[in-house]
Amino acid sequence: MSENTIVNSLKRWIPIYTDKRYIAPIFITLILIAAELSFGILEGYPKLATAILASLGTELILGKIVTGKWRNLASAYVSGISVAILIRSPMIWPYALCSIIAITTKYVLRYKGRHIWNPSNFGVVALLLLASDSVAVLSIQWGNNVWPMLVIWVLGFIIVWRVNRLHISTVYIVSFLFFSLFRSWMTGNPFLGEVAPITGPMYQLFIFFMITDPKTTVSSKWGQYVVPFAIAAVEMVLRLAFHAVYAPFYALFIVGPIAMVIEIKWNEYMEKREIKPAAS
Amino acid sequence: MNKDKYKKIGIATFFVLLLAFPIARKYWNRYEENYSAEARHSQILKRYGFYIQNVAQQVGINFKHHPPKLDPKLNNIMPIVADMGASVAVADFNQDGWPDLYFTNSEIGTNNALYENMGNGKFKDVASDMGVAAINTANGGTSMGAVWGDYDNDNYPDLFVYKWGKSMLFHNDKGKGFTNVSNELPLPKWMNANTAIWFDYNNDGKLDLFIGGYYQKDINLWHLKNTRIMPNSFEYAKNGGRNYLFENLGHGHFKDVTKKMGLLDYRWTLAASAADINHDGYQDLILANDYGVDQVFINEKGKSFKDIGSTSRIGFAPKSGMNVTLGDVLNQGHLDIYITNISQPGILIQGNNLWMPQLGKEKNDLSYHNLAEDLGIELGGWSWGAQFGDFNNDGHLDLYVANGYVSGKRKGNSYWYDYSKIAVGNNSIINDAQNWPQMKGKSLSGHERNKLWINNGSGGFEEVGKAVGGKEVYDSRAVALADLWNDGALDIIVANQNGPVMVYKNTVGPDRHWIGFKLIGMKSNRSGIGAEATLYWKHHIQTQIVTGGNGFCSENQRRLYFGLDKDTTIDSLVIQWPSGIHQVLDGPVADQYHQVIETK
Repeated sequence: MSENTIVNSLKRWIPIYTDKRYIAPIFITLILIAAELSFGILEGYPKLATAILASLGTELILGKIVTGKWRNLASAYVSGISVAILIRSPMIWPYALCSIIAITTKYVLRYKGRHIWNPSNFGVVALLLLASDSVAVLSIQWGNNVWPMLVIWVLGFIIVWRVNRLHISTVYIVSFLFFSLFRSWMTGNPFLGEVAPITGPMYQLFIFFMITDPKTTVSSKWGQYVVPFAIAAVEMVLRLAFHAVYAPFYALFIVGPIAMVIEIKWNEYMEKREIKPAAS
Repeated sequence: MNKDKYKKIGIATFFVLLLAFPIARKYWNRYEENYSAEARHSQILKRYGFYIQNVAQQVGINFKHHPPKLDPKLNNIMPIVADMGASVAVADFNQDGWPDLYFTNSEIGTNNALYENMGNGKFKDVASDMGVAAINTANGGTSMGAVWGDYDNDNYPDLFVYKWGKSMLFHNDKGKGFTNVSNELPLPKWMNANTAIWFDYNNDGKLDLFIGGYYQKDINLWHLKNTRIMPNSFEYAKNGGRNYLFENLGHGHFKDVTKKMGLLDYRWTLAASAADINHDGYQDLILANDYGVDQVFINEKGKSFKDIGSTSRIGFAPKSGMNVTLGDVLNQGHLDIYITNISQPGILIQGNNLWMPQLGKEKNDLSYHNLAEDLGIELGGWSWGAQFGDFNNDGHLDLYVANGYVSGKRKGNSYWYDYSKIAVGNNSIINDAQNWPQMKGKSLSGHERNKLWINNGSGGFEEVGKAVGGKEVYDSRAVALADLWNDGALDIIVANQNGPVMVYKNTVGPDRHWIGFKLIGMKSNRSGIGAEATLYWKHHIQTQIVTGGNGFCSENQRRLYFGLDKDTTIDSLVIQWPSGIHQVLDGPVADQYHQVIETK
């Protein structure tokens, strides 16, 4: 059997081999498995199961009600795992609630037919704002070692490059480093102290999964350079003005939908401009 | 209206309800809290069965803790590094039947205090007269805690003071004074210890000594060579202080058997407790470690220790272990393990853990479940010392938890934002104190109130601290329990970092009964440390253990204390001594203390 024949067989029987929708779920599953085996981040499986099942269940039910079809569950699976990794609570209910809120936003908070908030970002921010007495976000649970960090960074870069999102992550990282320098100059705190957060797991998930989400990022190339820069800028303001511990989530929560609405409006405007001369 | 619109309205309503759920839950909790607070003014005694009053000043205890002033290179985060040293240890040092109190101080030149209980409701500091006061020196370092244990079985408890510096052992000269016998212990020239307990690991009837290290032992925090002294991970740090196990050879001599026994470790240990958790007749060791996983060392018949922390689940997920205390929370006849951690709403919620053994697996394959959330004793704050004791004499163990890390001058000015930046960083960044942002007088989980949870006996706890009189707010560290007035009520003593001590006198309703036991070992060590006693009364059962240090930098009274509620008919007390002797005391009389001497 030739190599091509093997690949063709794989493509036929394993659709995820070529379907980009499955790259993120596979990658996040690998991260989860590695983190659980090495660091035990989940503190047991009920919370993981709750987050994923709530996410999948909500997607199935709301998808069926709204569209009349059973939706592909890859995106909901990523949301569920993201919630399980990001949310830290000794209780079970925040995991279910966060997942359900995240998926529901896809059907409720829509503008011109598109959902404009990253689902898990909205879910996490909603719980941070509304249930701060019961919920925190992943911060220090993956150790502080160099090698696991490097592995995740390298894998992350490969994945975002594979899905044509490398520039988004890169712009954000460069912007963050620049603003860290600025914050250090402003506050007098050590530069390394300001850079430290981006070396942690919260940022790894944020950079590789949230700000690159195809459904909730702008589609124009220039927009994909401007938006991550804007997120980093707003994050800096939130850090300096409000000492927000989870500033990146809040920044994406603010900038993401605004960028989406601007792009939709801009596209409408351009379409009208193109139609008018044609009509005249 | 078409079908699609109904669908949209339905889903939008569902979404709003989702968002409203946590808000409604928060308001419900506040309503319950206010409801409890109102009760303070009406019938506290009737509702809760007890109330407490801080009487430290009135009874002559005016001790105030002073933190160490360390190398100026640490000025940016001095309150975080100089954050411990307030401790309390209870013992009847002169054997007059009244529990006395020893408090440690941590600034060079300050004195520790030994408050003798005069038996008339007053206390007198006799530390200077006894020779255990002026031990915080530039050359010898300063005190972090103390623990009492009668290592030479002469009936008088001796005193070990662990330090950031040269720790010290004092022999009790029959309650008349203390002699410094530190040279009998093969201690290193310097160590940064934050916990120690006495226990008899090999059941030879002589108390051995375990010491847990925090900062690396070669670091002199007053004279730093460099600032790379902090943990190299917030979750998996192994660059802490060395642990020690000293075997008591008799005649006042000790031998370092740490390595031989498999206890050589460099985690950041903050608390230790010993109990025979697998019922094989030997004391096992449970360690709460900061910046990492907790450890459970099974004592393999006095020959070695084996860490089963991960498989038992207690040491699987890394947290910030601060305290280990033991108690039969559900009156099941076995000891549960309570370990405190950090909880800061919206930022870091590790939760305190109540580890209950999976029944039927005690002997082999020990496994525990964390039931703190189910029982409602999970969220304390930045929690330190904790102790179980029956405060309202209702026959069920209640729980007191000390909270609060660093209180800045202004309540709203928090260091948590800065702390969270550095905490997620790579180890090369966080390891160096110079990379840490300036504290500038900010709080880090400061101004937190301690928690007093009462056990309703039906698998739940209720927080009543403020309602029953615990209104003071300090950065509390150590908690110890003792019936200071011998009046049938467990009093609470709290040592506060950079603050005065609190002595909460407990008043219990007259219809509640109690019984207490002082165990005296004969074949076992004289203090009876390690003896497990189970009381049987009117369809109830409760197990307690005599410990040689328990909690965070604290030691309770040696006597065992049981609340009985309204029942005065007691079936028996069954004692399992460390020597293996099984002793039964039939029908002891309620509302008094009993002295029980180990049978030969």
